[in-house]
This record gives sequence, structure tokens and C-alpha cells, in this order.
Amino acid sequence: MTPAVSDLDAGALHDTLADLARREGVHQWDLGAACSTDLSVQVDRGEPRQLKGAQRSAVTVRAWDGEGRVGITSCTDLSPDGLALALRGAREASAFGDREDPPQLSCRATEPLEPLERPLCGLSPIGRLLETLLDAERQLLDCHGAITTVPYNGLAERRSERVYVNSAGACRQQASSSASLYLYARAEEAGRRPRSAGAVRLAPGAADLDIQGCLEESAALTISHLNYAPIASGTYPCVFSPEAFLDLIGAFSNLFNARSVLDGVSLSSRDSIGQTLAVPFLTLSDDPRHPLHLAAAAFDGEGTPTGRLPLIEAGVLSHFLHSEATARQFGVAPTGHGSMGAKASVSPDWFVVEAAAGGGGDTGLRRDSASGVVWVDSLSALHAGVKASQGLFSLPFDGWLLQNGERRSIEAATVAGDIRTLLRSILALEGPPVLTPSGLCPHVWVEGLSITGEA
Amino acid sequence: MAICFADPLWRTRLEALLAAGTAAGADLVEVFLETGDRLSLLAEQERVTSVSPSFGSGAGIRVFRGRGSGTRDGFVSTNDLSDGGLRQALGQALGMLGLDLPGVGVSGTGGGAPFEGLPSLRDLGADRGDGLARCPGVAEVAERLLDGTAKLLQHGRHVQARRGSYSRDWQEVLVAASDGTFRRDLRLHQTLGLSLLAADGDHRSSVARRYGSSDDPDDLRRWDAEATAVDLAASSAAMLYAEVVEAGTYPVVLANRFGGVIFHEACGHLLETTQIERGTTPFADRLGQPIAHEALTAIDEGLSPGAFGSLSMDDEGLEPQRTVLIENGILRAFLSDRAGELRTGHRRTGSGRRQSHAFPAASRMRNTFIAAGPHSPDDLIASIDRGLYCKVMGGGSVGPTGQFNFSVEEGYLIENGTLGKPVKGATLIGDAETVMPRISMCANDLDLAAGFCGSVSGSIYVTVGQPHIKVDAITVGGR
Repeated sequence: MTPAVSDLDAGALHDTLADLARREGVHQWDLGAACSTDLSVQVDRGEPRQLKGAQRSAVTVRAWDGEGRVGITSCTDLSPDGLALALRGAREASAFGDREDPPQLSCRATEPLEPLERPLCGLSPIGRLLETLLDAERQLLDCHGAITTVPYNGLAERRSERVYVNSAGACRQQASSSASLYLYARAEEAGRRPRSAGAVRLAPGAADLDIQGCLEESAALTISHLNYAPIASGTYPCVFSPEAFLDLIGAFSNLFNARSVLDGVSLSSRDSIGQTLAVPFLTLSDDPRHPLHLAAAAFDGEGTPTGRLPLIEAGVLSHFLHSEATARQFGVAPTGHGSMGAKASVSPDWFVVEAAAGGGGDTGLRRDSASGVVWVDSLSALHAGVKASQGLFSLPFDGWLLQNGERRSIEAATVAGDIRTLLRSILALEGPPVLTPSGLCPHVWVEGLSITGEA
Repeated sequence: MAICFADPLWRTRLEALLAAGTAAGADLVEVFLETGDRLSLLAEQERVTSVSPSFGSGAGIRVFRGRGSGTRDGFVSTNDLSDGGLRQALGQALGMLGLDLPGVGVSGTGGGAPFEGLPSLRDLGADRGDGLARCPGVAEVAERLLDGTAKLLQHGRHVQARRGSYSRDWQEVLVAASDGTFRRDLRLHQTLGLSLLAADGDHRSSVARRYGSSDDPDDLRRWDAEATAVDLAASSAAMLYAEVVEAGTYPVVLANRFGGVIFHEACGHLLETTQIERGTTPFADRLGQPIAHEALTAIDEGLSPGAFGSLSMDDEGLEPQRTVLIENGILRAFLSDRAGELRTGHRRTGSGRRQSHAFPAASRMRNTFIAAGPHSPDDLIASIDRGLYCKVMGGGSVGPTGQFNFSVEEGYLIENGTLGKPVKGATLIGDAETVMPRISMCANDLDLAAGFCGSVSGSIYVTVGQPHIKVDAITVGGR
């Protein structure tokens, strides 16, 4: 049975599972549940292309046996029958649980939560979403004669709720809403290759989306790539757009990930804290509760409250991201970055890149006066071109070659390097941090990266 | 209570649902029902560190109205398989097309395609009911994975981390549509991976192999852990001290098996009718015309026994076929699903696929490969003075302009017709129209490899494959 979003009740789930656990003889357990309602539309040259709706529910139960081993089971049924099935499955799976390093309940799961104020919007009628997207597509197609289609587009709204409860009395619940718009246009001129670019906007609800900004950015980017030329392979100074730099940081987040460190697959080791990782004017934080982070979560998958965590301070690695289990091994408190699992994974949430206190990052380098500089606007295929455990990347990108401040689109090229070298080769942070879906970041100048082109 | 879609009660419930949808004015109503029983295990070094079972069920209801390029559709998914939940989902899908369920407010325009009831259930899973019970249990899987990680330690050098992973996906699906489609299937997919991270000072290598099968409960039992460990250890040793490849444009030889990712990314996606609908394939009007070198014939099929991308029926209830995409360089066919046939006119090929009930089906690849040619692999390498041999490929992707990319996990320089030193960090980029005519030689050693493909209808099980092939020139990103 799928409850409506507003029907999810942490207290009731806690009481139901507590009762079931007593009957099953399970003394320690926890539960994470979520349900959501989604609406989305796509259009194609003035016609509706696809209209979608979804009601989803999911529950995950962990149960510990008398020897401290944990088992886990997930299912889509939030009814008492579904909970009973999940608990029984978890209890049975605990017989195969890890004896050496089993997760425990987070010691912070019962801490009071700081208020996290975010607007909560209801879902729009799907007809209104459709009209909005059709209008945005029409305006985008009207921007330039070469823009003939917007092959990837979508307007979506979601209302969701999540719960974490456990046998130690934790009872967390959070409701959220979100809306997203993406417009990726395709442009083609006679005798030339097709070009494509796009933009994304997020908001608590569809009515709050910056639709005009999204379509104008998509149009401007697409048009900017019409006048393209191949680039000669070589080593270039590069400037990364905020989104591209954050994509790269995210792909190499094993640098800050305590789980990866313990598993031996990180570029960092236990004693890396305090070592220089980047130029002295760079500071990087993970800030899940940043006021501009629309999808902020109040607690992680283990019920631990989220909060800002400095990762690199003035170039020095200062903290790792932790789950309950990794924090226990390091002798620190969980940081709110764990998932719920038989082996809890650890992941970052929302990065903030900024100049260290005292500055030093703004060296006067400006794109509007640069020459011989490659502007990397967006990276592709990070799943294939990043070797996280080796520190290497070789990635296709969209961008421009800057000459006297003028930009010319690069036809097809890759950028390659080593993340550790890159972090120590940052030349400047240009301008104020820019808001992106994955964090806040200025434009980042980097010395000497390998560019492969087709000239 | 366990769900079984072979229960005759489902026929009655679905007929009522489909009748309501067509009475409301829909031209076609399709219901996809799914239950799943999944298990995943992770072994690291000498320990099993994660055992994760999961169960799920849901429905995806899709409603079509109109024909030709103006066909509209609404899709709603839900985890609620009660009568009320399914009816609510249908009502929502109809509402997306401006139609109302009978008995709910003002009825729609009516006049939908007539629905004459469902025929007898065609049960394609009837002889596979014991498949799940025949699969290895947790203890047996754990033992096999730990055997694999132990052998990595035995054969590897400078070993830093070893992992073995397994997942089993048991799925019961039922597809019912108002055109009379009424089919049930039971599906089993198993996948096994082994990976090795080696480190010596600043030198690192990470290598992995993944295997996958369909409808073969004994697949894991036949796995040769020793051979996999020896293969991985050799790759790891070769790549540990490899230098980063020098960037440029080279002739390359791509090995068989997962080398087939080049065709999958460079061309396969562009032959899905989804891409015609979006206007993102350069091949939309090229049927019967040359689009590749005459040495190249490419096929997509869902029939090979046990292959990861094989199906008894697609996710729209159609039996899979063998589809010759390119024959001696000439474009012969596109991969089409129900919506693709309605909107583009290309007949369905049994290629309507989706990750789960939460996605509407789309035209997707199954087992896709380049056919074998007349040469030996050594012929291809011997034909190159200076180039790159891509022994193991990583993942890749293709963008809306047809630009593709994929990474090379294990590469070697080719110098004067022979293999030279190992190189790492290569990414190959290009576009299909340029590169397909440059696949000039195919060897005689066709082999397939399992993989996952992510696209509009989610992540699905596929096979890629090819013999060794030679590409006369391609851009190699590196340093």
C-alpha cells in the first residue's frame, strides 16, 4: 500500500515496528522510510511529448542480532505486512552480518534537530506544468533561427517525505518539495555540425522557477557554440565554470571520504588530516544546510543531524566525511553523511568553494581579458573518464578558447590531468561564488592542463 | 501475502481497468505489473561486509491517444497494486490526456479503440517457476566471492584492496494492453564483479571484471574464479607503472568483448526510434544508405541463450527478434518500441525496455554486436605502424549531437605492427558519421560481454560485443 505523502507518520511507524520487533525478539533496530509524489512533463516542438506521474514508497529496516551483527532488508510496502516482511528479512540477513565492523545506531540520532526552514509547495496541476514548458520551449525556439529543437527538456515537481526511527527512541521526519526545469537546445547551421547546450533551474515549487533565466541561459550557451573551431592538442591554462569544478570535486570526493580511506580506495589516508592538499587560498566545505541549498536534508540515513563541515581550510585537509561506523573508528562524532546500509556508505551533499580567510585567491585574472586560455564550461562522462582511486581524469568537455577576452567554441576536445596536481595548481578564484545545483563556487583558474583536440 | 500474476484474478482486474481506460476515450491502454526479489552481496578482502535483500512491487500504466507524430501519452507509476491504487493511477494518466474515468465527473470524449477483453494468458515464465529456488543462497554466494578475493591476493602484486560483488534480480512481470496483449514472464539476472586495486608508492592501478547472465541459476557456480583472478592480476601488474597516453589522433585496435561499447555508444543509441522522435540522430532518413564501412555488419537481438540482454518478451509484451541494423555498411533497420512505431512508423522490434515499472518503455538495445570478419586479431595490429591497442574498455556515453566518448581501462601502444608498452588515461571521442566509415577491419573472434545501459527508461541489462576491430583514425584524449 502506498500512503499519500501527508500520511507518513514517524510515530506510528516507530510504534508498529517496535511492536513487531518485540514479537520477533529483536532488541535493536532502525527504520528509514520515504514516500513521494512526482509529476513531470516533456514537450517536443509545440506538442506534449510525455506526461508522467509517480507515487513511490520505500522502507528499509535494519535489525541487530544478539552478537551485534546487523541485517538489512528493503521493500516498497509501508503497511504493517510490509514492515513485518522487512523486519523478518533483516533479522534473517543478520546471520550473515559482518562481525568485525558492523554499523551501530548513531549516537547522534536522538539529538535535537536545528530547525531547517524551507518553503513547502503543493503540486501544480499537470496542465499548468505543460503550458509553462510549452511556452518556454516556444520562446527558446524563437531565440535563434539555428535552434530547431529542444530535444532534452523537462519540468518536474516533487513532494516527498522521509522518516528515520530507531529502537533507541529516535524519531525524525522531514517533508520537502522541489521543482526542476531543464532545457537543452540543439542548433544546426548548413554544412556545420549540430551543437547543443542547456541550462537547469531548481526551486521549491514550479511557480518559483526562474524560467526566463533558464531559457535565456540555454539560448545564449547554444548560440555561443555555433561558431566553433577545432583546438590544437597541448597544455593550456584553464578556467573551470563553477558547475564543472564542482563536478570534478564531487567525482574525487573519496579524498574526503572516511569510508573510502578505511577501505583503502581513497587518495587520502588516515594521517592525511593536516596535510596540504590545495593552494593556500582555497577553502572547501560541505554545507548540507546552506540557506541556498533547496534540497537540504535535516538528517542523514542514520538519523544523524546534518551540518556544515570544513574539508579543506586554507589548502589544508581538515576533516573527513563520516558515517556512524567510520566516525567510531576515527574516534570522532558522525558528521551526517552516512546512508542506511549493512555497510553504510558515505557521501558529500552540497559543496561550498570560496577563498580562504585573508583572501589571496583573486589575482586579477579575468576571462574578459584572457588569451590562450581554455574555458571549461561543462564536463561529460564523469562515470567513465574519472579514475577516482588513481586521481586521474580524462574527460570530454564543452567550452571555449579565449583570445583577447573573446570566446570561440571548441569543436570536440578532452581535458586530462591529476586531481592532486590540479588542486595545487589553482591560479585564482575569479568573481564571487555562483549558485549551482551541487553547490556554490566561483570560476576557478588552473595552470597547465592537457587538452586534446582535433586541429 | 505473496503476489503471483498467474492468478486468474488478475485477468478480471486488468480487464476492468483496460475497459475503463478505453471507455474514457484512450486509443490504447497498457499496464505493466512487476514484483521483484533482489539480493546483493559485497565481499572485501576476507570478509563479507554487506548482504542486502530487497523486495518490491509496482505498476506502470500508460495511456495513448492519437496516431502518427501527434500521438500523445500519459504514464503513471505506483507501488500500490490494490484496485483503488491502480484505478487512481489510471485516472491520473487519463487526466493527463484530458480524459476522465467513467463515473468520475464528466466522461471524456469516448470513442477510444474498442476493447474486446483479454485473450488467454501467454505465460512465458511457466517453465521457470523454480528459477529463484535454484539460485545460490547467501552462504554459497559468500563462499564464491571470498574464493575470488582470496585468489586475487594469491595472484596479485602490491595488492591494496580486493572486492567481489554479486547481485541477483528475480522479477515477475505481466503486461496487459487493450490491443489484446496479455503476457507474463519470469526473469532472472545475475551479475558478478571482481576488482583489484594495487598501489606501489605513487603508482596505482585499479582493474575490474564483470560478468552477467540471464535465466541461468547455475551461472555463479560455473564461474572460474581462478581464471578471473589470474586475468585481473596480469592487468593490474601491467597497468601499475603505465604512463599516461600521449594525446593525438591514431589508428586504434579495439579488443573483442567489451570493446563493443564503441558501437553501442557511437551508433547503437542513434538507431533507437527514441532518437528519431527527438530529432537527435543523423541517420533518421538514411535507411538503405551507407552509413558505415562496408566491412561492418551490426546486429541487435534478444535471443542468445543466457546472454545478459536476452528476453523472452520485451517490456511491452512483444517477443524479441534478431534485428540486422547495418549490413555491409548499409543501414537496414531501427530499434523500435510501441511509441516509436506510433510516432515514426518503424515497426516494433521487441526492443521496448525499461528498468522497472517506474519508467515507460522506450526503444533500447539488447545484445548488440558487430559481426565477425575474415581477419585474425594479429592482422589488425600488424597493419598499424603507430597506434593504440585498447585491450579493456570502460564506460562511455553519447550526447544530443551524436558526439560519443568512452574510456580505455587497459591500453598498449602499437609500434611497427607489434604491441608495445602499456598506457593509461585514454579517452576516445568522435561522432558516428565520422567514425563508422573508419571501422575498416573486423577479426574473426566475436565475443560478448555484459553491461548496464542507462538512458531514458532507466538502467537496463545489455550485452555488447564485437570481434577485434580496427578504426583507421580516432581522437585519443590523454596528455
